[in-house]
Amino acid sequence: MSQQRSKTASRWIIPALLLSALALTACGDSGPQLVQGSVLNRGNGAEPESLDMHKAVSTEANDVQRDLGEGLLGFTPNGELRAAAAERWTVSDDGREYTFWLRQEAHWSNGDPVIAEDFVYSFRRLVDPATAAIYVKSVADVENAAEIVAGDKEIAALGVEAVNQYELKIRLDHSVPYFLSLLTHPSTFPVHRGSVELHGTAHARAGNHISNGAYVLRDWLVGSHIELTRNEHYWNNSETAIDRVMHYVTPEPMAELNRFRAGELDTTRTIPPESFVQMKEERPEEVRTSPSLAVYYYGFNMTKPKFANNPKLRQALSMAVDRDTIAYEVMGRGETPAYGWVPDGTANYDPRRFSYADLSSTERNQTAQQFFREAGFGEDNPLTIELRYNTSNTHQRIAESVQAMWQEVLGVETTLINEEFQVLLANIEAKEEIEVFRLNWSGDYNDAHTFLSVLQSDNPSNLTGYKSADYDSLMDRAAGQTDPGMRKAFLEEAEEEMLSDHPLIPIYFYVNRSMVSRRVEGWGDNVLNYHYSQHLRLAAEE
Amino acid sequence: MVHAAPGGPFDSERRLPPAIEENIKEAYHLDESLPKQFYRYMRGVVRGDLGPSYRYRDFTVSELIGDAIPVTMRIGLLAILLALIVGISAGVAAALRKNTLLDRLVTGIAMIGISVPVFVLAPLMVLIFAVTLKWLPASFAGSSGADRLFLPVVALALPQVAYIARLTRASLIDVMNSDYVRTARAQGLKTSSIVRYHALKPAMLPLVSYLGPTFAAVLTGSVVIEQVFGIPGVGRFLVTAATNRDFTLVLGITIFYSAMIISLNLVVDLLYAFLDPRIRKR
Amino acid sequence: MSIFKSVIRTIQSSRTVTVCAAMLLVIAALSLLGPAISSHSYFSTDFDNRLLAPTLMDQHIFGTDELGRDLFSRTLFGIRITLLVAVVASFVSLGIGVLYGAIAGYVGGRVDGIMMRIVDGIYALPFIFSVILLMVAFGRSMLLILIAIGAVNWLDMARIVRGQTISLKQRGFVEAARLIGVPTSGIILRHITPNLLGVVIVYMTLAIPQAILMESFLSFLGLGIQGPQTSLGTLVNAGVSHMERASWLLVIPASVLALILLCFNFLGDGLRDLADPKGKT
Repeated sequence: MSQQRSKTASRWIIPALLLSALALTACGDSGPQLVQGSVLNRGNGAEPESLDMHKAVSTEANDVQRDLGEGLLGFTPNGELRAAAAERWTVSDDGREYTFWLRQEAHWSNGDPVIAEDFVYSFRRLVDPATAAIYVKSVADVENAAEIVAGDKEIAALGVEAVNQYELKIRLDHSVPYFLSLLTHPSTFPVHRGSVELHGTAHARAGNHISNGAYVLRDWLVGSHIELTRNEHYWNNSETAIDRVMHYVTPEPMAELNRFRAGELDTTRTIPPESFVQMKEERPEEVRTSPSLAVYYYGFNMTKPKFANNPKLRQALSMAVDRDTIAYEVMGRGETPAYGWVPDGTANYDPRRFSYADLSSTERNQTAQQFFREAGFGEDNPLTIELRYNTSNTHQRIAESVQAMWQEVLGVETTLINEEFQVLLANIEAKEEIEVFRLNWSGDYNDAHTFLSVLQSDNPSNLTGYKSADYDSLMDRAAGQTDPGMRKAFLEEAEEEMLSDHPLIPIYFYVNRSMVSRRVEGWGDNVLNYHYSQHLRLAAEE
Repeated sequence: MVHAAPGGPFDSERRLPPAIEENIKEAYHLDESLPKQFYRYMRGVVRGDLGPSYRYRDFTVSELIGDAIPVTMRIGLLAILLALIVGISAGVAAALRKNTLLDRLVTGIAMIGISVPVFVLAPLMVLIFAVTLKWLPASFAGSSGADRLFLPVVALALPQVAYIARLTRASLIDVMNSDYVRTARAQGLKTSSIVRYHALKPAMLPLVSYLGPTFAAVLTGSVVIEQVFGIPGVGRFLVTAATNRDFTLVLGITIFYSAMIISLNLVVDLLYAFLDPRIRKR
Repeated sequence: MSIFKSVIRTIQSSRTVTVCAAMLLVIAALSLLGPAISSHSYFSTDFDNRLLAPTLMDQHIFGTDELGRDLFSRTLFGIRITLLVAVVASFVSLGIGVLYGAIAGYVGGRVDGIMMRIVDGIYALPFIFSVILLMVAFGRSMLLILIAIGAVNWLDMARIVRGQTISLKQRGFVEAARLIGVPTSGIILRHITPNLLGVVIVYMTLAIPQAILMESFLSFLGLGIQGPQTSLGTLVNAGVSHMERASWLLVIPASVLALILLCFNFLGDGLRDLADPKGKT
């Protein structure tokens, strides 16, 4: 009898367990809330590491921050400087003192007015050693900034001063022609003092964040999305067309493209090379590209005697790379072959090119072989080289192409090693085993200086270890120039000098590429790839 | 081990001037000796504080894991459930030798599950069902409701179906051949009642011991699924935490997983006792 | 010897199993003959002939990839590497697992208890995590991949072997050997281990597909074989992004991979039915 009952009871327990498990998992499944108003769905790429203006470094974070805040200046959709939080400004004759008059109608999202003190507070927080900010570069030239970061001077010594409630003065160590464009970078955006003092490191979280930009932070679900809503107190709110912006986390380009094609995203961060041709054929008006200020290169470890003492070898290796094939065939999204270091489109500059840029590939290969022999290598003295790159399908393909090219033209045997990015960097720094490495460099601002400064011998980002007294002196002389024409001439001469030394092999110049849905208007193709949400509009639905 | 790996969480090709690097190290206590860092960490753990994440700098590890766990759990459990339902039915059908269309269909699906890796299956499903046919959403975040669960759960469940089916089939055959089932049959009971009342429960026993590996496999699969479908779960942290050298996140995940496995073992033991009266009587 | 005879008999017993075993041998043979069959090497690029669909022209019977490399020779090469990794890694886990399990099962008692607790403890760590950490800490190389997969996979083998050892322990010939005075190590090596062969073979045919899938998962994570060398997993991964426009880059390696996996699975099923018809293992 009892056996029967227990059997009946036990019969129902398992199904009951299963059902309750199902119920538990199924309920509580709410997606994004449905709210009225227009929504823009943007694929933002990898997860931003922080939305704190002073802690974020990545492009992905900066793009969101540009919607969540505003600096003294900004850019138009075409990439030109425009007034933002500052209404107007003047520069002193020696180029060392800037005065800004702030917009008096600008307010924070809680109604507080945006005043000069906010900027002073924020700049000080940026250089404060306790903040441990990474992107201090934007204010590196401000008086005493470097010393404060190093802890040698107190924070109040920073050359930023609030003359009165709406007037701000910034003093620099020396003249910096591109300083105004630095003030568009999120690290120079003001942060709301009250919020920071109340919430500390959590001030950039939804619910705590006070914004002076076009949008406010409504929600941040790590791994999924960042949700922004209109800031009613923004001084230019009447011009903001879109009510809500969703920045989706899309670390995988193929998956991102699929989401776009399924109609879930209106814009994407990138277009994978394998799908570019297909997208051009299927949706030509939705493929948007523009030249970009970034270069893909292979660097030589210039501390290795093998390379340091043999300029002919470096030149041979550089010449043997068929840049046209890599840019047009292997990449094929509009990338251009890089026969120089500074990309086309850089403001106030005429980029230099290798002397052999116009040779036919046969001629170029022959000259490469000649240099290779003169460098002392050949069949009786073969060369093996090690090439390292960070893990990625694209990098692998390019590395394999270059491997094949070096093999065919020069008979060089290349060992390929792929490593994680952090490991690669650590190895580059250590400068022991590494020989040739892959990296890219992108400009922080639209001026040749951001590219050329990297090769100066005292720059910590000079990863090749290139040390040229001639180059350094040319760069110093350029820095000392107030006349833009003279400055341009010195910079160009410096690039020429560096290129002929071949400390690295530039391969191609990047191109900005995104899918932009037909219903999005106002997307300007600009070299810096800034696309403020406040400039965008959604076409009316049919 | 993560510390043994070269590189740190703040590395980038833009090298930092030494002063800034120092400031960062101080703020995150990376300048202290390893034992000291460890001690500081454990003290926090005891208080329930798993430390700040190095990569996601506005969040603490507890927040990150806490938000991500329910998501992964929900999809994982649904997948296991689906796999069990389909797998057990398939196994039972196969054991009772029904060569119906349904049986063949399920067998076919099971074959796909074990021979096509999930990182091929998942994007393929997205391409077919979301992009081309537009029947289902392509991602988790871009939609709401039960729709968005469908593709990820199915993709995750598929590899398990075959193993569960095979296990059920073998186990059920074994039970059907056992003495007391033969007795029941001799007494004239119908096959279906035999299966339901006498055979099914003991046949489930080997399945229970397979639950552990199933869970682990689903976890592995979730790494791919979460990446393809944009799901904010714990799976993608597994990979990215190590590659980002996010020390605290790595430790946090390890602690979480160990806790999970231990509880799972407990559940399994309990289920065993429940299913097998012989153990219970002891 | 009798073990092999029964294996052959099993293979001959079911048509599916025979076909599978034959196919595996054919695939393996083809891959070994690789360089002799195909007229292209697996690494030479040809930028004028990128992304060719399979064609008889130029003997690119499987087509070319995005760098113009012949897919046929790359597939053959990939098969070789995949099988190599899978078999070696399985042998590694076999070696560790059998020894560990046999010792634990035979010695029994507290030692057994401790050893199995350790297994449980390692089980608690998600294996992918351990593999990733290992690769992150010690760099990338084929050797490390083999060791990593093997080191993480031996747990199941150990458990099964232990169970089998325990049941073997009760059998007569072991008692007899002990009475004669054969030392424990001798018993383990010369009496128990050979009798485990049945279980081990069965398990191997299941461990190999697992190892193959693990290796392709590592490729997915970017931690797999370095270029220009390749494995089926790497080829499949690269093929996924060409699903629409160059589907042969996915379909061909994936089909080969699927075939190999299915064959091993069926083979394992068949062998297991022989070794343990009651399905108790």
